[in-house]
Amino acid sequence: MLKDILEIQSKRAWVLTLLLASIMVIVIPILNVVVPEDSVLHIPEYLIPLLGKFLCYALVALAMDLIWGYTGILSLGHGVFFALGGYAMGMHLMRVMAGEGVYRSELPDFMVFLDWKELPWYWYGFDHFWFTLLMIVLIPGLFAFIFGFFAFRSRIKGVYFSIITQAMTYALMLLFFRNETGFGGNNGLTDFKHILGFSLHEPSTKLGLYITTAIVLLLSYILCRYIVYSKLGRVLTAIRDAESRVMFSGYNPLHYKLFVWTLSAILCGIAGALYVPQVGIINPSEMQPANSIEMAIWVAVGGRGTLVGALLGAGLVNGAKSWFTVAYPDLWLYFLGAIFIATTLFLPKGVVGITNLFNKKIKNGGK
Amino acid sequence: MKYYKNTTIVIILIGLLLQLFAVNVNAAPTTNMELSQALAGLGAKSRKKIINSVKKLGQIGDPAAIPALEALQERKLRADANGRIYIINDDGTSAKEALTGETYTGAIDDLYTPIINNRVRRVIKTVLARLKLKSSDPEVRLLAAKHLAKNPREDASKEIQTALEKETNDEVREALALALALTQIDSPRKDQRLQTIKTIAESGNLKFIPLLKGVLAKDSTGNFIEPDAEVRKAASKAIKAIKRHMLLISTIRNLFYGLSLGSVLLLAALGLAITFGLMGVINMAHGEMLMLGAYSTYIIQEIFKNFLPGLFEWYIIASIPVAFIVPAVVGMILERTIIRHLYGRPLETLLATWGISLMLIQTVRLIFGAQNVEVSNPSWLSGGFQITQGLLLTNNRISIILFAVFVVFLVWLLLNRTPLGLMVRAVTQSRSTASAMGILTSRIDMWTFGLGSGIAGLGGLALSQIGNVGPELGQSYIVDSFMVVVLGGVGKIAGTVFGAFGLGIINKFLEPFTGAVLGKIFVLVFIILFIQKRPQGIFALKGRLADG
Repeated sequence: MLKDILEIQSKRAWVLTLLLASIMVIVIPILNVVVPEDSVLHIPEYLIPLLGKFLCYALVALAMDLIWGYTGILSLGHGVFFALGGYAMGMHLMRVMAGEGVYRSELPDFMVFLDWKELPWYWYGFDHFWFTLLMIVLIPGLFAFIFGFFAFRSRIKGVYFSIITQAMTYALMLLFFRNETGFGGNNGLTDFKHILGFSLHEPSTKLGLYITTAIVLLLSYILCRYIVYSKLGRVLTAIRDAESRVMFSGYNPLHYKLFVWTLSAILCGIAGALYVPQVGIINPSEMQPANSIEMAIWVAVGGRGTLVGALLGAGLVNGAKSWFTVAYPDLWLYFLGAIFIATTLFLPKGVVGITNLFNKKIKNGGK
Repeated sequence: MKYYKNTTIVIILIGLLLQLFAVNVNAAPTTNMELSQALAGLGAKSRKKIINSVKKLGQIGDPAAIPALEALQERKLRADANGRIYIINDDGTSAKEALTGETYTGAIDDLYTPIINNRVRRVIKTVLARLKLKSSDPEVRLLAAKHLAKNPREDASKEIQTALEKETNDEVREALALALALTQIDSPRKDQRLQTIKTIAESGNLKFIPLLKGVLAKDSTGNFIEPDAEVRKAASKAIKAIKRHMLLISTIRNLFYGLSLGSVLLLAALGLAITFGLMGVINMAHGEMLMLGAYSTYIIQEIFKNFLPGLFEWYIIASIPVAFIVPAVVGMILERTIIRHLYGRPLETLLATWGISLMLIQTVRLIFGAQNVEVSNPSWLSGGFQITQGLLLTNNRISIILFAVFVVFLVWLLLNRTPLGLMVRAVTQSRSTASAMGILTSRIDMWTFGLGSGIAGLGGLALSQIGNVGPELGQSYIVDSFMVVVLGGVGKIAGTVFGAFGLGIINKFLEPFTGAVLGKIFVLVFIILFIQKRPQGIFALKGRLADG
């Protein structure tokens, strides 16, 4: 078993992976906690949740790469799975702070505000952490499974699948914007107080969440690497490149697509669940169609069909966004638009493509 | 108005003279013995006498009594020792004669104030309402009719009937009809009751339903209040008839709104369907072509407002070519510079065009601001036809439907009756064969892309007449127009027409039951299920192209 896992990437890649992971999990927390504040190397407190947010996005990018980069299905609906996981976590956080809200009520504040007398049935169970963990996986997973089943069964693919997922995103966003839906409407869920008994305002809790995210990301990366390396992963790539031939070879693409689509949605949901306590809010704007399309561009910028590319792209685009929206808010959309166009026109293989090209040149020169 | 023949010449002359000098013209249109006698009775010491006088004034039916009755109600009526009555002026220190308007010269404190109670007030209110039915102000008539409907009195029914025959204002007519029905539905005569119910059924007005339900009600012992079975049967029939009528009206209304929404969707989706059929790419910036069309309309409107105010009414006509050409040119530039390089990579095209749409939105936002701009209807596009109560067909929506039909017809002509259309169809069917036959496919792509964008621009122009114009305008329509393409398929105009009107109408019919949001979700679920039934007929290309 362990041998199988070790085989999924080269020794050099393992060394790199573990090096990066230890930087994320060990070095950065040390730089934050141990290194004195006046030191150049010190990582200030406010950066920790921001880094945690980026790691969540990286997890989304992994999920996106699995379905788009490897299987060739461009989903414009991953924002929904992200938000569903986020809402599940948000509901738990709302439930555990019952009685501590502005109205000191057992119900979440927005329900008191709407003059609701009791908890809607679908909020039951979210006061237990284990139930919430289950739901974080089950809700996006089941939803994706049902949607995917109907879509893949009728062999919707290519741009059709993309625009159907976009319509799904749009419809769900509208649904969550309604107050009557029972998830806080426009404002969503916010003002969380604590998680598992730890206050969310404590730096140590933030650091803990960050480390958890990093570990989850590492494990997800290994899982994805394992999948794309396996025979299953080969079939997925084959579906991407020539679906008809896969069918003629006796495989049923429906099962493969459905599996990877559901897995991708679950990873996305987990990312959302980790995102919410670090950012402190979840609202329907996470489901905007634009957000889901942005997720695709993270993968495209880094390089489709390479897991490293997805991680890299999420970091690059979001880093640029953080800087731009502060420095030149008016120009951000121009820049984002330009990234979309430039990547598709000039960098079909993304940033990773450049380095590969570079490596090849060196190799060729050596010959 | 009633004029009495026995009025003496002297009184007429006095009346005319008084009228010439009258300060308040309303106060004395005429004078006659009976009226002044009845008015004098208002100043009586006994309440019974006052009530009788009020009723008498109601019978005379002369609006000249209105000020006096109102004054009595407000305790502003006074009587002197001779039985003449006066109304205190608004300043509270002077008074004038109730009928003639003569200013009272004596001390106001010497006058007697008639004492009234609630019973008198009730009678006054009803009589006032009956008198006010003859007012020239429709608002006053409406209030009067509403009051009569609230306090139905059978003896007023004749007056209401006459007023109803003369009435021209629809709203007042409706209130009067209700008042009349209320005065007659409790009539002891069976034929009168039946007749009333029949009139109600013909009116088809939903407001009568509680009244009819009252006819069918039972009292506390379980017996019917209405003794006659025939009347009850007529009432329940009438309820059904009214409900049927309302259903018909709401169906027509939904159909109309659905058609106009469908027209906008049609204009938005037509270009999308053509370019998708031709090139197999989804243009995410297509919604922004709508937006550009709407902003072009706005610019033309501003130009007309500032430089050609005399022709402002016709700015919308001048906008048509502009709203077509601006997006068409933008579309052709995009095709030449970006989309052309992405052929055979539809998913990448989707992302690239999304990038374009972001840039277009931001550009418009920087130029025109993030707020909505105001595009007004020319006067010949505002207003509408009131078909019946609750059914208003507005001119702007009618025009949009006609405009969409016109545009679709032109596109159909272009595709089916011109050399360019022939080439477009050829490239759609088989790009390589068409190319081998000497068609410059890349030029066809450019023209088609321009055409599709231009049609979307016309959709934006149509939209500017019924909705808000803002930078995000296209975003709210793009998802729906994609759904039209999914539903209607590509390659055939008929499919798009069917898809657009189908979606528009389904949306409008679902809205009253589910609300706009759930309606949209139902439509999406419907589309997904629909695809289950007809996947190959609607989307996937057949044969060798299936995997392309």
